Amino acid sequence: MTAAEDIEPKLRVKSRLGGFRRFVQRHPSLVGMPALVIVFLAVTLAIHPEYGSFDAQSLAMGAMPLALAAAAQAVVLISGGIDLSVGSMIAVSNVLAASTMENATFGQSLVLAAAILVAGALQGAVNGLIVVFSRVPDVVVTLTTGFIWGGVALLILEKPGGGAPEEFLSLGAGTLFSPWLSGALVLVAAAVAIIWIPVRTSRLGLLLYAVGSDRAAAFRSGVNVELTRFLAYVLGGLFSAVGGIGLTMTTGIGSPLAGIYYTLSGLAAAVLGGVSLAGGRGGIVGPVLAAYVLTLIPTDLIFLNIDPNFGQVIQGTLIVLVVMGGGLVTLLQGRRRESASGLNNS
Amino acid sequence: MRAIGRSALGVLRRHTTAALVVLLLGFVGGIEIAVPGTVTPIWISNIVLFAAPLGILAAGQTLVMLSGGIDLSVASIATASAYLMATHSSLGGVPAVLWGLAAGLVVGLINGVGVAILQVQPLVMTLGTGLMTEGSLIVYSQKILATAPRVPSFIQALGSGKVFGAIPIDLLLWAPIAVVVLIGLRSSGFGRLLYAVGDNREACKLSGVRVWQVLLADYVLCGLLAAAAGLVIVGGTNNADISLAEVYLLPSVAAVIIGGTSIFGGRGGYAGSIVGAVILTVLNSLLTLLDAPEPIRQILYGAIILILATAYTRLTD
Repeated sequence: MTAAEDIEPKLRVKSRLGGFRRFVQRHPSLVGMPALVIVFLAVTLAIHPEYGSFDAQSLAMGAMPLALAAAAQAVVLISGGIDLSVGSMIAVSNVLAASTMENATFGQSLVLAAAILVAGALQGAVNGLIVVFSRVPDVVVTLTTGFIWGGVALLILEKPGGGAPEEFLSLGAGTLFSPWLSGALVLVAAAVAIIWIPVRTSRLGLLLYAVGSDRAAAFRSGVNVELTRFLAYVLGGLFSAVGGIGLTMTTGIGSPLAGIYYTLSGLAAAVLGGVSLAGGRGGIVGPVLAAYVLTLIPTDLIFLNIDPNFGQVIQGTLIVLVVMGGGLVTLLQGRRRESASGLNNS
Repeated sequence: MRAIGRSALGVLRRHTTAALVVLLLGFVGGIEIAVPGTVTPIWISNIVLFAAPLGILAAGQTLVMLSGGIDLSVASIATASAYLMATHSSLGGVPAVLWGLAAGLVVGLINGVGVAILQVQPLVMTLGTGLMTEGSLIVYSQKILATAPRVPSFIQALGSGKVFGAIPIDLLLWAPIAVVVLIGLRSSGFGRLLYAVGDNREACKLSGVRVWQVLLADYVLCGLLAAAAGLVIVGGTNNADISLAEVYLLPSVAAVIIGGTSIFGGRGGYAGSIVGAVILTVLNSLLTLLDAPEPIRQILYGAIILILATAYTRLTD
């Protein structure tokens, strides 16, 4: 046995470990978020040992619209934009579904759902067109279009009402195979898989990240920046529409004001899930998982007999702490680098 | 003809606030033509009355945007201030008002620490503190059922009263604030620093400016102004509600943008925001006059804001 043969396996192990470390560094949210979800589930089980399939089901249903709002926001954030109209677009799809499906058959409601997805993509397209052509900052445009979509939702359905056929509702409110596998969970997974995986693996996925991380560099490399930003908003609208249909399935009705809440919490979930507001960083799985964590917080508070209204305080605090922690880390790293370069100079 | 058009555009570019005033007069003229007899001294004084809280909110938003930030917690701060003031009104006028302003001070301070020291993006930071404030308010409102919120009479006078039958009392608060902000931005060291930090933070740091102090003071000021605006708003509605000032978030940002302050910092001023706030108030009054249903009003309001912001951005770019 030569020395080289002896060393090789060790090297291989080391490089595999390095590969894992690189994977963690590249996709911190893919490791951190599932861990956080597991921790939260464990805590929930610890304080409420009777946690059963019914609770899992209500978690999946409660988190579905938020998970999709987070996905919608994540796509837009990755491309370097921000969409503050996600909640209102969810509201529009919600009331569209509830008002058109009330007397429809199951087959008809599936067709209507497809039409609502198209409508959602169109709303996203309007957002994207205005952002690209007006040159007004994304925040201002989508804050305003959010106001407009809110008006559209009120126009479609003035008061909470409407409905959808029972079979259609059970797609999101029912379970599959086992009482633990909620339809809502499957729906979120399917939406992410069907919409995001093809995008992420195609050229468009690459362009979204390129435009988000450095718009000028992307432009100089011949990327159609405006088209890419536009498409990010279209995808955001599409995810929002799935969220709105999901909200209809879980609540059974349409409400013009129910969606609004998801703008801010969706953004919170996206940020918690590791998407940078500066663009070009993060994925969709992290934000979606963060939505489940954010939904578990009020549930745990109820189990602990604490006023669930603290949930919003905790959500806000959590966002602030997470971003502050991130800021603190970069601050300390900057200090260290500064002192290191100072040493070099002296 | 084209040359005249181009030079007219050039004049508009150089005197953007003047262009806004022309637009405002156009709006007012349009209202008078559409519904003759509307524009009276009383109508004008009412517009000022309603524009004042928005103008005060926009003052804070302008200060923050000039430094390259944004404050999405102003509406929550205003609501919290109004609510805290109303639930402490039994202590007497001054302590009640101080409770309200304290809400602005605390949230503004948290925003400032996050943005200035920990270098969190202002958008996320203020979004988070906004959620925190709203949530705390919901919890608080359920804890204090014993002492129902009550708006003291002098706050009601501030938010809805007029002296000599024509001058809104809230103008007596807004005008000094406006003067201080206008002069302060133009000729105080702090005002100059705000522009400088918004324009090029790195350059400021390298030339020895303590950027974090400037930003911290900036967000605290914005919080205090938002709290003051909350007191005026609740004086107008006479009903301290935990969603009182929610509707003011979009206009507070829109007034500043329409007024020509760049969201990226370093460019603009408060004069434009004042005109922006008045334009948005006139627009609201126009939509009320048209007697359109609420959803239609909402859609039109948003669409017009977008058109104005687009025109402005296109004009100055």
